[in-house]
Amino acid sequence: MPGIGLEHYLTVAAILFVFGIMGIFLNRKNVIIILMSVELILLAVNINLVAFSTHLGDLTGQVLAMFVLTVAAAEAAIGLAILVIYFRSRGSIEVEDINQMKG
Amino acid sequence: MTQAAIPNLAPALAEVFLAVAAMALLMIGVFANAQKAFGRTQVFAALTLVIAAVLVISGAGGARVETFGGLFVSDNFSVFMKVLVVLGALGSLALAGPYLREHKIARFEFPVLMVLSVLGMFIMISSNNLMSLYVGLELQSLALYVLAAINRDRNRSTEAGLKYFVLGALSSGMMLYGISLIYGFSGTMDFDILAGFVAGHAPALGLVVGMVFVITGLAFKVSAVPFHMWTPDVYEGAPTPVTAFFAAAPKAAAMALFVRVMMGAFGDTVDSWQQIIIFISIASMLVGAFIALVQTNIKRLMAYSSIGHIGYALVGLAAGTTAGVEAVALYIAIYVTMTLGTFAAILAMRRDGGQLEEIGDLAGLSKTNLPLAVAIATLMFSLAGIPLLFGFLGKYYVFLAAWQSGLVELVVIGLVTSVVSCYYYLRIVKVMFFDEPDGALEPIQGAGVRAVLSISALVNSPLSYFLLLAPLAGASAWAAQSFL
Repeated sequence: MPGIGLEHYLTVAAILFVFGIMGIFLNRKNVIIILMSVELILLAVNINLVAFSTHLGDLTGQVLAMFVLTVAAAEAAIGLAILVIYFRSRGSIEVEDINQMKG
Repeated sequence: MTQAAIPNLAPALAEVFLAVAAMALLMIGVFANAQKAFGRTQVFAALTLVIAAVLVISGAGGARVETFGGLFVSDNFSVFMKVLVVLGALGSLALAGPYLREHKIARFEFPVLMVLSVLGMFIMISSNNLMSLYVGLELQSLALYVLAAINRDRNRSTEAGLKYFVLGALSSGMMLYGISLIYGFSGTMDFDILAGFVAGHAPALGLVVGMVFVITGLAFKVSAVPFHMWTPDVYEGAPTPVTAFFAAAPKAAAMALFVRVMMGAFGDTVDSWQQIIIFISIASMLVGAFIALVQTNIKRLMAYSSIGHIGYALVGLAAGTTAGVEAVALYIAIYVTMTLGTFAAILAMRRDGGQLEEIGDLAGLSKTNLPLAVAIATLMFSLAGIPLLFGFLGKYYVFLAAWQSGLVELVVIGLVTSVVSCYYYLRIVKVMFFDEPDGALEPIQGAGVRAVLSISALVNSPLSYFLLLAPLAGASAWAAQSFL
């Protein structure tokens, strides 16, 4: 497609990455949103990897993108599992309530 | 279609064995009856780790071998670090039994997860490619998240698991973004090709940005300032044997990975990363020294102490020379012995059938249990780096390496912070020897705790200056040859 080059993909990925980071740091409501932000970061990385891979004509980036997808699934599973036991013992998943230990 | 050749499995024999054994352990845990499952998997996991160490050592001595198309490398450095990781894991596994049984969390998953995370650490240590680095790191981290939250009915443990998970996932995300930039600007993920790519000319801006993101991720994993905020909470909240494991094995593996990325892949462009490492090293030493001064919980104190020790180890890496790598290897080896002993001592702090965690609870220990007080005092003196004890030698070597590279300011700051940190280590000694006791501690439970405590106190005593120093220094020099 004319006009859409590597820079555009990288810009979209960078914007998504920054959204992901901001989602983690600015969010004060709910831990689920943090999990979504982590997924956003990983997707940004995948766009980057695939864009670079096509640009360089080298398959390595796409292989890593596959690994990232797999690991992201495992990570989401473990994250949700930890969230469930946390909710069971605490009765809340508000970010501001995660403050039993300080200092 | 071309047939893919089967890679040479011999250099990765220990990893293959660990992967198969972890699955076998899971089967043992599932099919044994519920009463015996934990004990059995614990014994078999210890056996597995010993066999893995034997496999690693038996493959040592040869030249550097690459396999899996350059994804995996086996050299002197990987052998040294893998043995350290196994020591850390075995030590904390030996500590685990009585504590886990008492808190009713003696589930068979515990040893299995430990073996899986050791497998991840082995892959990290041997990674020679950004891809194997990522996969190894995630395998280790995913197992560790679950271990931190293993006491699932206790608020603090689940909170520790949640915090560790969120910050760990964030750090791997940042590291991955860096990996994608490095890949895009150099066209390769292989450390050897990358080293050739950066040699000779100043690296592109995108490559440097990618490298900084990767350093961020690595600094998270070794808990260096400014990415240390998870450490105190996770150390305090996680069950104590898990904390002992966190303090020993993953630190050694992540530090090995740090050295491998910096000295292996970016070894020819030291100027572009030296300043970053110097900064995180100084920041870690300062935070480790000053914030620890006000801690009263001993597990939290050990968290800040570990942040400080990582700062000292990074002094060696900042030197950017083979002598620096040698010093890092030696420092981490000594640190593993000190930290395991200290956590064994924390597990020995019990009164009225409960675990104690406050420094004040040690008051007057010399009058009620002199051997324990002497052992803890030895470890504290060693952590503080008092001359003639083991901890001093580690600091001496890292400062020497930095001095030889001309980093005088770094050495001076390191010396000042280690004097400051003496205060809180010596405060524990003062509480034990000069305060009035308010009740005796219970006798130490469990042969494992007793064994780990006495071995690490002996290793850190002045005795080892004559017995252990020469072989250990020789081994770390041998390990550093990988980065000549």
